[in-house]
Amino acid sequence: MTILEFLQQPWPWYIAGPLIGLTVPVLLLVGNKSFGISSSLRHICAACVPAKVPFFQYDWKKETWNLLFVGGILLGGIIAGSVLANPAPVAVNPQLVTDLAPYGITDFHSLVPGQLFNWPALLSVRGLLMMVGGGFLVGFGTRYAGGCTSGHAIMGLSTLQWPSLVATICFMIGGFVMANLILPFILSL
Amino acid sequence: MNTWFSQLKYLVIGTLFGIIFVKAEVISWFRIQEMFRLQSFHMYGVIGSAVMVGMLSVWLIKKFNIKTLDGETVVFHPKKFNKGQIYGGLIFGLGWAITGACPGPLFAQIGVGATVVAVTLLSAIAGTWVYGRFRDQLPH
Repeated sequence: MTILEFLQQPWPWYIAGPLIGLTVPVLLLVGNKSFGISSSLRHICAACVPAKVPFFQYDWKKETWNLLFVGGILLGGIIAGSVLANPAPVAVNPQLVTDLAPYGITDFHSLVPGQLFNWPALLSVRGLLMMVGGGFLVGFGTRYAGGCTSGHAIMGLSTLQWPSLVATICFMIGGFVMANLILPFILSL
Repeated sequence: MNTWFSQLKYLVIGTLFGIIFVKAEVISWFRIQEMFRLQSFHMYGVIGSAVMVGMLSVWLIKKFNIKTLDGETVVFHPKKFNKGQIYGGLIFGLGWAITGACPGPLFAQIGVGATVVAVTLLSAIAGTWVYGRFRDQLPH
């Protein structure tokens, strides 16, 4: 097996998790920056459509590092999705395969299911709810909560902030409710 | 040093981070569904071990007063509790399970070729904007 083939396999959690955790000290030591991703959405608002909203009146240029960081994530996605792409389907729990089959989700070859997330699907109620509605909830909720999985769950818990624990628990409750109670209804639309 | 050049390091860190995101399949809608259906340990392992490493690093930085590369003292920003962490947290959780992505993975999903996720990202930016616009009217 070549190094490239080795890297193309999915990385196990015990490799990826600690590497993600290392982002915390790397950002702190490289430039005294607190790990957080959802703030980038606020900076984009402040840069593009501040519209005299006080929440967007600040010097976003000082936060350019954060925009470069998310730009890097996009770039990383391009590299990992081409050079390092795993040719095999996503190995999911057989139970999930059974659960999703009735909704017409049968292709597990890409990380983002093409049967749900595609351009023509934007014209369907299901697609609109999932892509536009879901995105809105992510952007609105993270800012309302003051952070996302990175800022609260990883950075916040790493620095032992109890408000971040509250936020993380609420992320999980919201996710459990959606995945188990509401999403089956949306998927059947 | 040119400020743009000195900022480029964040692009590099972000790129490495994005690669890890994709290779760990953290950006996969399927993995997020498994997590919320308790069908796999994978995501719990990723987040749990990330937090452990983060905690240990922060503890070491504080314990040995490790300075930044520029010799500054590392600054931590305490988060104040407000009800937004509850309401906003629940709302984000709902969105996370639909899109299979928190804000970081949205960028990576576009990168791996799911171009339509750009619409989801735009909608997330709109959501952030609407929060900012009506912030004063919302319970905190």
